[in-house]
Amino acid sequence: MNPGKALLRPDMMPHILCPGCGHGIVLNVLIRVLARRYASLDKVALVAGIGCSSRIVGYIDANTLHTTHGRALSFATGLKLARPDMTVIVVTGDGDGLGIGGNHLIHAARRNVDLTCILFNNETYGMTGGQLAPTTVTQAYTTTSPYGNRERAFDAALLATAAGATFVARGQAFRPDLLDDLLDQALDHRGFSFVDVMTDCTEYFGRKNALGGGSDLLFSQSRSDVEVTRDLNEWPQLQDPHGFAIRETLAMGVLHESDRPTLEAVMGLSGYRRGEG
Amino acid sequence: MNRLPFHAPGQKLDAMTVITGAQGVAHAIRQIDPDVFPVYPITPQTPIIQTLSQFVADGLCHTHVLDVESEHSAMSAAIGAALAGVRTMTATASQGLALMVEVIYLAASMRAPIVTAVGNRALSGPINIHGDHSDAMLARDSGAVQLFVENAEEAYHFTIIATRVAEDPRVLLPVMVGLDGFTITHSAEPVALLPDERVRAFVGPYSYPYPLLGPEVGTYGPFAMPDSYFECKRQQIAALENGLEVFEQVSAAFADLAGRHYLAVEPYRLAGAQAALVMMGSHCGTAKDVVDGLRSQGLPVGLLQIRLYRPFPREMVGRLLADIPQVAVLDKASSPGTLPPLFLDVAASVSHPRQLVSVIYGLGGRDVPAADLAGLYHGLLEQRLPQATPWYLKGRPAWDEEDEPWPT
Ligand code: SF4
Repeated sequence: MNPGKALLRPDMMPHILCPGCGHGIVLNVLIRVLARRYASLDKVALVAGIGCSSRIVGYIDANTLHTTHGRALSFATGLKLARPDMTVIVVTGDGDGLGIGGNHLIHAARRNVDLTCILFNNETYGMTGGQLAPTTVTQAYTTTSPYGNRERAFDAALLATAAGATFVARGQAFRPDLLDDLLDQALDHRGFSFVDVMTDCTEYFGRKNALGGGSDLLFSQSRSDVEVTRDLNEWPQLQDPHGFAIRETLAMGVLHESDRPTLEAVMGLSGYRRGEG
Repeated sequence: MNRLPFHAPGQKLDAMTVITGAQGVAHAIRQIDPDVFPVYPITPQTPIIQTLSQFVADGLCHTHVLDVESEHSAMSAAIGAALAGVRTMTATASQGLALMVEVIYLAASMRAPIVTAVGNRALSGPINIHGDHSDAMLARDSGAVQLFVENAEEAYHFTIIATRVAEDPRVLLPVMVGLDGFTITHSAEPVALLPDERVRAFVGPYSYPYPLLGPEVGTYGPFAMPDSYFECKRQQIAALENGLEVFEQVSAAFADLAGRHYLAVEPYRLAGAQAALVMMGSHCGTAKDVVDGLRSQGLPVGLLQIRLYRPFPREMVGRLLADIPQVAVLDKASSPGTLPPLFLDVAASVSHPRQLVSVIYGLGGRDVPAADLAGLYHGLLEQRLPQATPWYLKGRPAWDEEDEPWPT
């Protein structure tokens, strides 16, 4: 059993996630990491925006703050500067963190506030019914692009790196072991750490693109012997030798790491210290 | 008296289709065929853009649906498109409208005739996705025309009417069509769709009188010092005031098209009424049923339905309520620290404001049982409701703030 199960709020169950949704796997990994790292969550705050991913902070028995659409990083920045001794984790989605809140992401990265931002990237707006997101790959179908998306998708990790994030990684729901390690490293890191987590919206993205159920979607995240192309927008032409769609063509793991003073350190905030208490 | 809300006299029943209010708006947009539709998803507006996107994919209209990154961007892109000289519409709700408000003020000041369908929903916090009018009230002073519809058919009709009102040279302002979240956006009702060509002919081709990308260079949105800002505002106020007359003319023309004549302020069985409610939006339908029931018992009650909220038809409201001794104004929004917005608008329009009763109802989608509205009518007739202080109709079993029983 996941040792993190004790961190869940049983009165919030059942959760709202659809059967097969990849978010549950990410939540599972997150509570496992939290349980391993912290004897108590009294000094851990989870801040979220709006969306299916943001909803999961309500399921974890830490200090949790539910905010408006896209603004979680701004709330978290205020929280962290007021209580620099706390570990502040931002849980956001691709629509939340890259669409309506994209501006806050680049500025949090630029400031190098010591926050950990976990972005659940399912390539669509799940909660409102599967609309086109800034992460929807070219040609993919959504409820607002029944003709296929004509725009390009963001590469979230590249964006965060360019904006100044000092730790950038990419994981996927398909590989909980890798994700566990990446979240651990992100929480270890001093400075703005960003983890782009490729997950799945079975209910909308999966259905609209005829990708099958939850397990099929997970399988489509698996790597194959097809060359890693480093361009999200080549999907959906890519197939493995057995004819299965390959969606995750991007590199996984730690993609960027650098050392730069955090905003807290530059401001000389008392109570700010390295690592976790 | 039997009301058949979906059957106007002379209307062919075989032309009926069962659609939601959101689909009704999408059908109107399909028929109007605007050039640009920038939009961002938000509940309960999303069925509008999803239906519209499907229409576009099916080749039924030529609209460019632009999936932008926020409602702020949606209204900004809409202003750009409208000023460039093409017909532009959008849709939003709640927090999305809140984010849009800054730019709606600009749309009004730049005289951009953008029609926005608003799936009226409560504002955070706490976060709530259900219907009330608090979002619309946030935009009430923006300078836009605001309409509130009662059902799916009106959502369809008013989107068409709004387009002509917005684009009338005497108005040239953004128009918001308010349809209550879920109650109207997601409830399916019989609606008679009008023939596409007739709707298209009714709204006519778009022609913006002063396009930014027209033959002459021009400037929109420059800085205004204290010596000119006031004059600009005065002109906006005058343009909005023109909205009443223009609405009435457009509505009269629409009656020829659809067999429905909508009034800016509609009296329902007010003749001889001793007690009346003043309301906007979907619950007017509930109130009409309650009025019918009470009238059949011989009780002199009626309803005043506000369809045009901005500009507020002050003179009409004052006239229609002049002879009614007991009036309650029902607000599906609050204004903490004072009386709620519709109440204040009505109070400023009547000669006996001290006698008005203020009732706040339906916040965050709270149910409004017909029995509670009937109870209000009884309370008014028996003169046992307190005046000029907000009361709360919270649904069964309690109705006031302290969970006290009905005043007896
Ligand atoms: S809508 Fe999509 S993202 Fe949201 S819970 Fe369901 S499957 Fe997951």
